Amino acid sequence: MSFVVSERKAAPNLGSTSLRVLAVVAAGVLLAAAPFFVYPIFLMKALCFALFACAFNLLLGYGGLLSFGHAAYFGAAAYVCGYAAKTLGLTPELSILAGTAASALLGVGFGWLAIRRQGIYFSMITLALAQMVFFFCVQAPFTGGEDGMQAIPRGYLFGIIDLNNTLAMYVFVVAVFLIGFGIIWRTVDSPFGEVLRAIRDNEPRAISLGYKANRYKLLAFVLSAALAGLAGSTKALVFQLASLTDVHWAMSGEVVLMTLIGGMGTIFGPVVGAVIVVAMQNYLAHLGSWVMMIQGATFIACVLLFRAGIVGTIIHYLRARRGGSSGQA
Amino acid sequence: MQQHAPRPSGPTGDGDNIIETRGLTKEFLGFVAVRDVNLKVKRHTIHALIGPNGAGKTTVFNLLTKFLRPTSGSIHFNGVDVTRTAPADMAGQGMVRSFQISSVFSHLTVLENVRVALQRPLGISFHFWKPRRTLHPLHERADELIEWVGLTPYRDVNAGELSYGRKRALEFATTLALEPEMLLLDEPMAGLGHEDIHRISSLIKRVAANRTVLMVEHNLSVVADLSDTITVLTRGSVLAEGDYAAVSTNPSVREAYIGGVHA
Ligand SMILES: Nc1ncnc2c1ncn2[C@@H]1O[C@H](COP(=O)(O)OP(=O)(O)OP(=O)(O)O)[C@@H](O)[C@H]1O
Ligand SMILES: [Mg+2]
Repeated sequence: MSFVVSERKAAPNLGSTSLRVLAVVAAGVLLAAAPFFVYPIFLMKALCFALFACAFNLLLGYGGLLSFGHAAYFGAAAYVCGYAAKTLGLTPELSILAGTAASALLGVGFGWLAIRRQGIYFSMITLALAQMVFFFCVQAPFTGGEDGMQAIPRGYLFGIIDLNNTLAMYVFVVAVFLIGFGIIWRTVDSPFGEVLRAIRDNEPRAISLGYKANRYKLLAFVLSAALAGLAGSTKALVFQLASLTDVHWAMSGEVVLMTLIGGMGTIFGPVVGAVIVVAMQNYLAHLGSWVMMIQGATFIACVLLFRAGIVGTIIHYLRARRGGSSGQA
Repeated sequence: MQQHAPRPSGPTGDGDNIIETRGLTKEFLGFVAVRDVNLKVKRHTIHALIGPNGAGKTTVFNLLTKFLRPTSGSIHFNGVDVTRTAPADMAGQGMVRSFQISSVFSHLTVLENVRVALQRPLGISFHFWKPRRTLHPLHERADELIEWVGLTPYRDVNAGELSYGRKRALEFATTLALEPEMLLLDEPMAGLGHEDIHRISSLIKRVAANRTVLMVEHNLSVVADLSDTITVLTRGSVLAEGDYAAVSTNPSVREAYIGGVHA
């Protein structure tokens, strides 16, 4: 080669495609078998949070935008979905759509404001806006204040299928998750996704190539908010509850945690991270506030040991191995 | 000032100059970084902007490419006043820049780096529902460009893993994907070794065959070798302009910039 050789020829980074297909098949088998071994309610919770984390990761991992206020979209959607199902008596699929649409709208407004600033200022604006949503939910008459919105009916899917049947509900949640996950995967792999990643890597250069960066960031923000809303709406139906916990800043922090533990900027990382965090909360619940300590310790260990998160580290490892075998200097 | 024989000029009058600034000035909180610069870059030439550190070269670039708004003065590109144009619209007008530090997308492969530049004219860059293969028709052109800069063996490598010289080569491939009339290069040789400098030099020459290049460069032998015209900037103002022979023998240039060290 003509240039001075100073680095190893690495393996193609898209080589992970076959790996992804493998992961999808494995996940499918797991999802089908899981309700026979694990509490369905736990699985549904994990799926909702996995979708939430994936939505968040679309913005952080692929857009390079760290939102500290994603609970706003998750929680607002939960309330709107609950209101639609309980007060308006809409069917579950329409209630979920209502919640998702509400979050998308919120995302348009908040995103439009936040993307005007970069880095930590962006994060602070998202946090401040989310706090406004929180206080609104504390005050508003229809949220039920401290008690939350309780006894949200799961209802009949399309007016036919009774979602009070746990297995039916589980299948429905799996379907919602797969749709949301599919949208995110497609978005990342789309022409839009490529431009978004370019802007994340080097915004001025992307602008000089003719891309109006803010428009792409806004679209990513809205998609992320809408999908976080999809997760929040579904969660409201699973637990038949929408509460202040859903819009609290701690929820915004938790989704950051899940994404970083699993690996930001990877397709499956947030899923893994969400399952780990939800599992810790569920199975260590008897330890009381120690859960927080363990969660914190796990987070620190993950960040120190695997900077790229669990899935990110596995990908690096596999890529390095493959690169080593095919590498000509 | 300009004593070149003018070519037949286009409809806009001064068709000979692709870019022209009038009284370009930029102040940062009272500090004048660029003062009353009247820069004219002739079409199909390589024009170098040189000067000591902090002279205002990058600031001039930022003004020309609209990343900064001038405090006063105007910028004309192809006879059109672009003083108020948005930076992202300059690519559409035919002007693309590189940056002093790095101009690659590190976590995109070499192919993706070039492809992202090629995809804009397709008008599908907001289509988040379309699969990746929508972009595959671009591969033929992308591969041509990648080959042109000698990066074919690295097509599927992440740009961040390339050596400095190859990153520069990739920048060219990406920039050329837009088929710009004019390229602005901010220190294209910075950080490069001997051999890479040679390669990038010949790339610039090939690129400039039917394009205009304006570049900031500290390496004077590169400047001497490549440029048709040199503008010397010190403390925000133009000190001298001309070809290398004229500029390098100019006493005030020798004093202020070259300091008598270079012959
Ligand atoms: N955004 C800014 N705010 C305030 N001052 C600035 C800004 N950008 C540049 N300057 C100042 O303007 C002057 C010119 O800077 P510029 O980067 O244009 O110099 P340069 O000629 O490119 O130098 P170098 O050779 O080191 O790249 C410097 O004194 C710099 O500190
Ligand atoms: Mg500079």
